Amino acid sequence: MPSLKDLKNRIESVKSTRKITKAMQMVAAAKLRRAQEAAEMARPYAERFNAVMAGLAASVGDSDSAPRLLAGTGSDQTHLLIVMTAERGLCGGFNANIAKLAKASAEKLRADGKIVKILTVGKKGRDILRREWSDALVGHIDLTDVKRIGYADAQGVAKDVLGRFDNGEFDVATLFYSKFENVVSQIPTEQQLIPYEAPEEAETDSSTLYDYEPSEEEILADLLPRGVATAIFSALLENGAGEQGARMSAMDNATRNAGEMIDKLTIEYNRSRQAVITNELIEIISGAEAL
Amino acid sequence: MADTMQFDLVSPERRLASLEATEVKVPGADGDMTVMPAHAPTITILRPGVLRVVHSDGTDEYIVSGGFAEITSEGLSVLAEKSLHKGDVSQEDYDAMFDEMQESYEAAKKTAAQENLPGPVDEAAKLLSDMVAMGEEIGLSTRQPSL
Repeated sequence: MPSLKDLKNRIESVKSTRKITKAMQMVAAAKLRRAQEAAEMARPYAERFNAVMAGLAASVGDSDSAPRLLAGTGSDQTHLLIVMTAERGLCGGFNANIAKLAKASAEKLRADGKIVKILTVGKKGRDILRREWSDALVGHIDLTDVKRIGYADAQGVAKDVLGRFDNGEFDVATLFYSKFENVVSQIPTEQQLIPYEAPEEAETDSSTLYDYEPSEEEILADLLPRGVATAIFSALLENGAGEQGARMSAMDNATRNAGEMIDKLTIEYNRSRQAVITNELIEIISGAEAL
Repeated sequence: MADTMQFDLVSPERRLASLEATEVKVPGADGDMTVMPAHAPTITILRPGVLRVVHSDGTDEYIVSGGFAEITSEGLSVLAEKSLHKGDVSQEDYDAMFDEMQESYEAAKKTAAQENLPGPVDEAAKLLSDMVAMGEEIGLSTRQPSL
């Protein structure tokens, strides 16, 4: 049985924990709004871009002259998994879920006899994957200092990936990130980045016949590397919003749990306080009776 | 025939403009072109340059560093890699873009030296001179590129 003082201390400490989680929840809520706005603003570009790319890829895709970013290297022996996670923890299962999906995929590829290489973006993913897949980690991109994700950050990641592709370090690249559905659900997603695959939801209005300036092939060759950057940028933004959403609901839970714990401890504290008083009374009464 | 068309200018980070325009001058990779309503559907790559939009309230100018434009029967969407309203371009912005081009030119030159392909170098050199031309057009001091 803990003493009254112990209980009091515990209640105090849980109360301050609750203050912290409550503050974190509110900070996450504010950041979430900003992240959602950023994702919202990036949407028109990504949508138009994907529509044009899908149209172009469909019309050029079959020819022999198709660029390697579209047609692939002709092999699928080496896979690069780009695992994008948050830089910080305390956001529920957000990072773990992405890492879990990446791990499952990596294990499957390895079982099929493929070579797996992993590039991590975000510290948490690296920390998780380092335990089992340390030999597969080929690089890490640190975005800890980035306050607000900009397109330039995505370009940096894309440059790294494209550089590796040009050096023949891998044949297929897959992106792992979390799709932001709403505040309570983020869906870990994998998306093939290289060779280019048109996203299913991209609408292709093949009814319009375009003039191309310069040629279709040249435009495609120009757009494909940009497409990599655009896909990474979208993923970074989705991740950013998802991270804040996940943190918000995790902190909401933590705050509620702390509240419950405080209630329980307070009841226990009051009970033992009453027990002490009753005890004292009994002592006084029995002392008086003995006289 | 409609005398205006929908004009959208979007960069990866945000939508810069969305309005009804009567005419837009686009710095296409193969040369400038002026898009007016009912232009033939076209997709073109952009070179660094100035985008001039004429609309009912006057004329707006934007600089673009690259990207592409899609002309459809409804209007024109410009997807620019980096774009700013002409009035918002500072010397630092321009210098940063210039440095980036210079850097990619150096990089192209280095790979070309290894693989003996002049194509990418010429392209990068052209982008660099486009950048210089753009700087002159908007009246910012520009350095001589080291080609």
